[in-house]
Amino acid sequence: MAEFIMIIVSAVFINNFVVVQFLGICPFLGVSKDFKSALGMGLAVTFVMTITCLITYPIYVYVLTPLKIEFLEIIVFIFVIASIVQMIEMALKKFSPSLYNAMGIYLPLITTNCAVLGVAELVIDEAQMISLLGISSMNMGVAVLYGLFAGLGFTLAIVIMSGLREKITRLPINKHLKGFPIAMIAACFIAMAFFVFSV
Amino acid sequence: MKKANFKKIAVDGVVAQNPTLKLVLGTCPTLALTTMAMNGIGMGAAVTFVLICSNVLISLLRSVIPNQVRIPAFVLIIATFVTIVRLVMDKLLPDLYESLGLYLPLIVVNCIILARAESFASKNGVLASAADGLFMGLGFTLALTLMGAVREILGAGAIFGIVLWDFQIGFFASSSGAFFTYGVFIAVFSLCQSLIQKKRAKKEYQLSMASQTLDKVCATDEEVK
Repeated sequence: MAEFIMIIVSAVFINNFVVVQFLGICPFLGVSKDFKSALGMGLAVTFVMTITCLITYPIYVYVLTPLKIEFLEIIVFIFVIASIVQMIEMALKKFSPSLYNAMGIYLPLITTNCAVLGVAELVIDEAQMISLLGISSMNMGVAVLYGLFAGLGFTLAIVIMSGLREKITRLPINKHLKGFPIAMIAACFIAMAFFVFSV
Repeated sequence: MKKANFKKIAVDGVVAQNPTLKLVLGTCPTLALTTMAMNGIGMGAAVTFVLICSNVLISLLRSVIPNQVRIPAFVLIIATFVTIVRLVMDKLLPDLYESLGLYLPLIVVNCIILARAESFASKNGVLASAADGLFMGLGFTLALTLMGAVREILGAGAIFGIVLWDFQIGFFASSSGAFFTYGVFIAVFSLCQSLIQKKRAKKEYQLSMASQTLDKVCATDEEVK
């Protein structure tokens, strides 16, 4: 149980994917202009990250490692992610058009989201995961849990960011600071807030 | 075939369309690796290599790859070159490999490379695409190294690992400092660009005025004759 809580706190707050590990910055800046689309993007990414961990971790441990072809991991992972995203898109279109309308436009973007490939690469690095989460050993369950809560951490950060940006757009700002620079400076303060957890 | 304008490609890649500061692509490695100037050079070199190779290959294959499956094909090409870089770097430069860590495999999903493949290499000749890869990579490397130098000097009191003084501002070494430095860099870059544009517009105006007066003088000259 303690390990379980440790994984959640570490994935969501201490090692937050966006503001501490700098993964998934592109959607964090690109799709955070309003609250609704930020939440949609966050949940879509969480969903894909969880399923990615569920599939890539066993592929690495039970297929690539025994065959001694670990060097192919990048190519295999990116193909798995691209196919997962494609399949989710088709499944959503077929079974839940309303969910598809809410999430659909973000799905193609997720293939090239570094948070997804990042989590797939991270969970197979056993030494780093052990030092990151303070757990005794790595297994399938931890990998999937980490994927889920890292995704929720991403959602939390992007939702906070969208709230800040909705306020910022109403302020009179120098034209050179408008857009990305002021968003970066807003992100700087979010990062400071998350920094508190790691002290 | 129209002749490629190499000067324009060079200026676009390094300054006018700088991928990091103007297009704001490939932000993840920029934020994460600029704690040290050396990381900028290492990451820049890796990205430049992948960018040149993938641009050349995609440009060569641009008439073979069907339009519907071009994105997966591009990603596969990029992933292959990233794997090569990773294996070579692990063997030759293990220290740099360690410090780049997770961000080395993540070059695959770096938007700069896919964006150049999609918007340039799939439409232009091999030489032009190679030049575009080289200069875009250089622009990325320069921006990363510069930002890394600023953060290293302020955050660690050193440059390229050489200690300068015993004065450090922890903020610039932390993750919030990364966002702050990047934001300020983009703002300053945009300011410089608009200043240069203003200056150029003024110069052109003066030139046109000068030529107008010259025309007038010539005309009066002829009348006198």
